[in-house]
Amino acid sequence: MSVTVYVPIDASALSLGAEAVAKAIATEATRRGCDVRIVRNGSRGMYWLEPLVEVETADGRVAYGPVQAADVPSLFDADFLHAGQHALALGPTESIPYLKRQQRLTFARVGIVDPRSLDDYRAHGGYRGLAKALRMGCIDIVQAVLDAGLRGRGGAAFPAGIKWKTCLDAPAEQKYIVCNADEGDSGTFSDRMIMEGDPFVLIEGMTIAGLAVAATRGYIYLRVEYPHAQRALLAAIAAAEAAGFLGDSVCGSGKAFHLEVRMAGGAYICGEETSLLESLEGKRGQVRFKPPLPAIEGLFGKPTVINNVVTLASVPIILDQGAGYYRDYGTGKSRGTLPIQLAGNLKRTGLVELAFGATLRELIDDFGGGTASGRPLRAVQVGGPLGAYIPPSRLDTPIDYEAFAAIGGMLGHGGVVVFDDTVDMAAQARYAMEFCAIESCGKCTPCRIGSTRGVEVIDRMLAGSANERERNEVLLRDLCQTMIDGSLCALGGMAPFPVLSALDHFHEDFAGAADQAAH
Amino acid sequence: MKRAIDITVLPEIPENIRTAVLEVTTRLKAMPGALLPVLHGVQGALGYVPADAVPLIARELNLSRADVHGVVSFYHFFRQQPAGRHLIYLCRAESCQAMGAVTLEKHIRGRLAIDFHQTTADGAYTLEPVYCLGNCACSPAMMIDGDLKGRMTPERFDAWLDAEAT
Repeated sequence: MSVTVYVPIDASALSLGAEAVAKAIATEATRRGCDVRIVRNGSRGMYWLEPLVEVETADGRVAYGPVQAADVPSLFDADFLHAGQHALALGPTESIPYLKRQQRLTFARVGIVDPRSLDDYRAHGGYRGLAKALRMGCIDIVQAVLDAGLRGRGGAAFPAGIKWKTCLDAPAEQKYIVCNADEGDSGTFSDRMIMEGDPFVLIEGMTIAGLAVAATRGYIYLRVEYPHAQRALLAAIAAAEAAGFLGDSVCGSGKAFHLEVRMAGGAYICGEETSLLESLEGKRGQVRFKPPLPAIEGLFGKPTVINNVVTLASVPIILDQGAGYYRDYGTGKSRGTLPIQLAGNLKRTGLVELAFGATLRELIDDFGGGTASGRPLRAVQVGGPLGAYIPPSRLDTPIDYEAFAAIGGMLGHGGVVVFDDTVDMAAQARYAMEFCAIESCGKCTPCRIGSTRGVEVIDRMLAGSANERERNEVLLRDLCQTMIDGSLCALGGMAPFPVLSALDHFHEDFAGAADQAAH
Repeated sequence: MKRAIDITVLPEIPENIRTAVLEVTTRLKAMPGALLPVLHGVQGALGYVPADAVPLIARELNLSRADVHGVVSFYHFFRQQPAGRHLIYLCRAESCQAMGAVTLEKHIRGRLAIDFHQTTADGAYTLEPVYCLGNCACSPAMMIDGDLKGRMTPERFDAWLDAEAT
């Protein structure tokens, strides 16, 4: 009987050699006459163990990792096909503490199923949410999303149900569902993992959104840096179309939903929803004034629901298990779970899906295992390049939208980037301004000009004497306030957050070369 | 009134560019908001979006040349010059910085003797910055000819370069 072996096809696993491992296993199996079926799954999100090879046994899946192609002959020698002992053996996958302690709702199937197999998706509970939605009225679907307390997981954390309700109430002969898959924040990769590891859940979520607001067409606006996700999505869309889950009559309901993947052009600003819509229309990705809201006047001037990948991918389980089931995870106004991405200088980087409420310290110490370098932790940036740098004294902040706002930070898309004590925080502040200057869409002055001036002022701070540093710091803080108050969108409005937090918490790093020479 | 330039007349366009552009526009121009897909198609076929292609794309999509040029120049991904035989995207974002990307960047720029957005004199390598490849759990990351690489080091980069050179 054939033995099923799982080797991830996730981009990060591939970046560490998963393709060569899969080939080596196939070759070695043929050479030894073993009947092996290789399934290319997504990643379990334990990236320090990638490439993670799993073997299906009577007692469930057992894991080996990190496996390189050169390890494959010894794995066969150790009879890994029957869970044999080996230096890389990790035991039952589900018992690995990092995975066992998680609460996976949105990521329930990622790393488990074959992302190209619609049958596998359905065998693991897929399309049950759509089946329920097809029996409900528009308003009931919207109400379920409202009751679940689902807020946009892309960054702004606006209640998804309210967007949907606004779009539902806007009369139009054509409406759209747009998926924001322009995951541009450093330290974030949960959207990518969903698209590569469980693309059908996104397709199902978008289809449900279409039913909820009577939109018949959807677009996935995918960043150009994600060619692996593009391949996974195209294959899944083709399979869903062939099986009647997409098309002129979704599951024979008479309701149409068509889906298309559009590739972006490599501009960070197109993660902002109105810039994204401009880009989808074939224009420069420049921010639009709001109002009108996209829910009323969005893509091609029509009412449009625009949500991030993880937001839409969280919808099927809400419909399937009920709003209450999802809402009961979480705390305060942050309901459900957040897929948190641990990145940067950590021993155990990866994806951790938990109900809101765990602290940053639990994530970094218990899951992340401390810094990869073994040096003391100095700063944590949460929420991407526009997120504040958090000092070690604030690691007990719970993962909760309001708690983060209270310390001048933001959760954003749930990316956590850890730095050890070798980090130069003045350089990080300068980088934040430089990034804003490179990525500004150019529409409003505070962002376009302010960011360039910001780089210059920081350079003067670092070059000057103590007196000049103080004068330039006043100027820099004033400039930051102007950007916060006067920018049209979050790029200019939030780029000052990493700068100001670096100034507030790591002021010693701004002592310029002239000062240091004087000491 | 006589116009100084008759904009309905297209300038001379090299035949290979004309053929490639028309193939792409014929296939895609009916899409709503077709310009980005068209530019991806042209760059896919030619390796870049030549200035010579802009007037023809504009005519086929019923846009102004300025519209098309404005879009080509706005997006980092679209190239207005051909790239070297190998296109190296090096991540400069925070997660990679936390794991030594700055040292890696200095090493690569020194080794190839070029800055970002430049191509080596022999036309072999083009170096571009990128702000996140979504490989943050395996930082520092780079993408070479569409091939994502994680946990890069100066030594691993040199090993790749030496293997390519032989």
